[in-house]
This record gives sequence, structure tokens and C-alpha cells, in this order.
Amino acid sequence: MKEIVKDIRRWQKQDKKIALARVIDLDGSGPRLPGAAMAVTEEGEVAGSVSGGCVEGAVVLEALEVIKNNERHIVSFGYSDEEAFSVGLTCGGTVHLFIEPLDW
Amino acid sequence: MNRKPQKDISIFDRVEELLNEEESFALVTVVKGPPVGEKMIVFPDEKSGVGFEGSLGNSDLDRVVSRDARGELTAGRSGVRNYGESGEAREETVQVFVESFIQPPQLLIVGAVDFTAALVKIGKVLGYRITVCDAREIFATTQRFPLADEVIVEWPNKLIEKIGQTFGPRDAVCILTHDAKFDVPAIVSALATDVGYIGVMGSRKTHEDRINRLYEVGVDDEGMTRLRSPIGLDIGSRTPEETAISIVAEMIALRTGRSSIALSETKGPIHD
Repeated sequence: MKEIVKDIRRWQKQDKKIALARVIDLDGSGPRLPGAAMAVTEEGEVAGSVSGGCVEGAVVLEALEVIKNNERHIVSFGYSDEEAFSVGLTCGGTVHLFIEPLDW
Repeated sequence: MNRKPQKDISIFDRVEELLNEEESFALVTVVKGPPVGEKMIVFPDEKSGVGFEGSLGNSDLDRVVSRDARGELTAGRSGVRNYGESGEAREETVQVFVESFIQPPQLLIVGAVDFTAALVKIGKVLGYRITVCDAREIFATTQRFPLADEVIVEWPNKLIEKIGQTFGPRDAVCILTHDAKFDVPAIVSALATDVGYIGVMGSRKTHEDRINRLYEVGVDDEGMTRLRSPIGLDIGSRTPEETAISIVAEMIALRTGRSSIALSETKGPIHD
């Protein structure tokens, strides 16, 4: 969180809407621990990261939805047989993220 | 007990403030259940009457969650926990995420030498709070170690005796003086603390000589096994920067209990 506060403050000064995504839980192996955080603006600007680059693209899309609908929820990414083309962690683990508008 | 209300500033403002002050705290967020998004900030010490700020919307839930979050914070852990709406155990209506922010680990470097400057740089990258200590005033200057949080002119053993009670398993002392006059007393003082890592620089020959001196002053075998001497992992480091990397790699491996062997040579999970 600490490393993205500066970017968040800059965007807040520019009155941009921001979503914050945080890793809250991992099943199996995962590159970033709970607490890893990424902020996304309504324009798609990004600070921080929540994985080794495996799911960041999908998190941006989810974050934009969160900003648009002004709601917060858990999103999970993992390897899935049924959705062979869906996004996941290459290391085989599942990462659970909480994504919410930064309205607090 | 709730801290004094901070109506005028947002939770994010407060988080930023606490991060800047390097205070230890946990940010608790409801991630599932009716009060989703509600937050509280929990502090490590309840005894002073300052337990937490904010509310999850139910005083029973606040009480139970703040108690559990304090436990997580003390252990330095972040993760999710489940409760009933009023904090009941074994229910899963409400899920909270406890995010622990703990004070950065300390790295005390004894000896103001070239290796010190490199180790300060690398240690900063890893987030250590760094103190450099040397008894020689002309070497121990902030100009030479601009990235160090503190540069102290003092006999190292005296400084360790003074601040050693704050050392814990996450902290490290690196003794880089290779001068028996300084390092033997510094090692003895460091061994009297709970510091997790004690690394001592020197050649094999210096190391042998130092071991004899340490036995002479009464250090026992248990103390000897705590010393990482000669300091660092064997990666063939030559420059001060390379040496600093071999030292911090050893500090990490000691903390995690991993083998320090190249992953290409081993099997099994990379992350625990």
C-alpha cells in the first residue's frame, strides 16, 4: 500500500475516480502475499501490482467495472479447466482480491 | 475501547499518516457480508486505552474482530477471517481482511567502511530501518551514508547494550569492522539480544582468530552457532555491492529457513 499512496494522492488531486484492489488470500502458490495492492483510475492508469503480471490486465478491467458500478466485491483468479482461456496464475495457485472504490 | 473520533479526516488519510509515522497497525476491511467495505484501524497496544478507531457497524463485531486483528498484527500476518454478524465464531456471514502494517525491521551495521555504504543501499531496497555505528568520528558521517536512517558515533557494544532490547527475530546486526578491538565486544553484546541475524565479516583466518577470542571472553557453543561468520552466502561476491547482496540473501534465507541452493537444482514449491 505504502508504495502507491503517492500516485493515489496525485490522482485524487486531479479528481479522478480510483479503485483499490488488494490481495486478501491465496490458495496454493502465489507470487504476491496478502496486502499486495494495486490502484486503478477511471482512465485506466495503474500503480502497484497484485501478481507477477499474470492477472493485472484482468484486474484493471474488474476495477473499471467497480468504479462504474460503485460497488465492491471479491474477485478470484485461478487455473480453471472449464475456462481454458480465462486469466489465471501461471504457477497454478488461486489469488483472491478485494476490489473497491477508494471512497474512504 | 475506541480511540478519540477522527471525524475530520478519512480512513485513508489516517492510514497514510500512520504509514508515514511508521506506526504498527492493522487495517481491517469487511470484504463479504452486510457491512461490506466498513473499516477499522486496530493498534497493537490495548493497555494504554487506545484499541481501535472506526467501526464495522456492530459493537460486538468490533470487539471480537479488534481482538483477533491485534493477534494477527502481533504476528505480523495479513489474511482473512470469518464471523457471524455479531462476531460469532464458526459462522461465515461476515468475512474481514486484516492487513497488518508493522514497523520496518531494523538493520544495525557496525563499522563505517565501503561495504557498509553498499549494504545500506541494498538494505534500504528491502525496507530495513538502518543504523550505522562506528566509534571513529571521521568515518561515521551522514555524508558517507546518506541513505542510513541514523549514523551514530559510539562504541558499538555500548550502542547495542542501549538499543538491543528492541531487537527481535526480524532484525539484523552486521558487524563489518574486522577489527577484534571492536567486533569481539560488539558480538558479545549482540548475542545478549534476541536479534535474528548476526553476521560478522572477515576472512577465514580472521574468523578462526575471532572464534578463539570469543571463547576466551566466555561465548559458548550455542552463541557461536548464532553467528554467521564469515558473513554472507557463497556466490563469489567481490565488490562491496555484490557482498551486500550475498549478505542480505543470507538474512532472507535464515528468516525463511530455505536452502539457499539454486531453484534449478531443487524441487518443490517456490513459495511456502
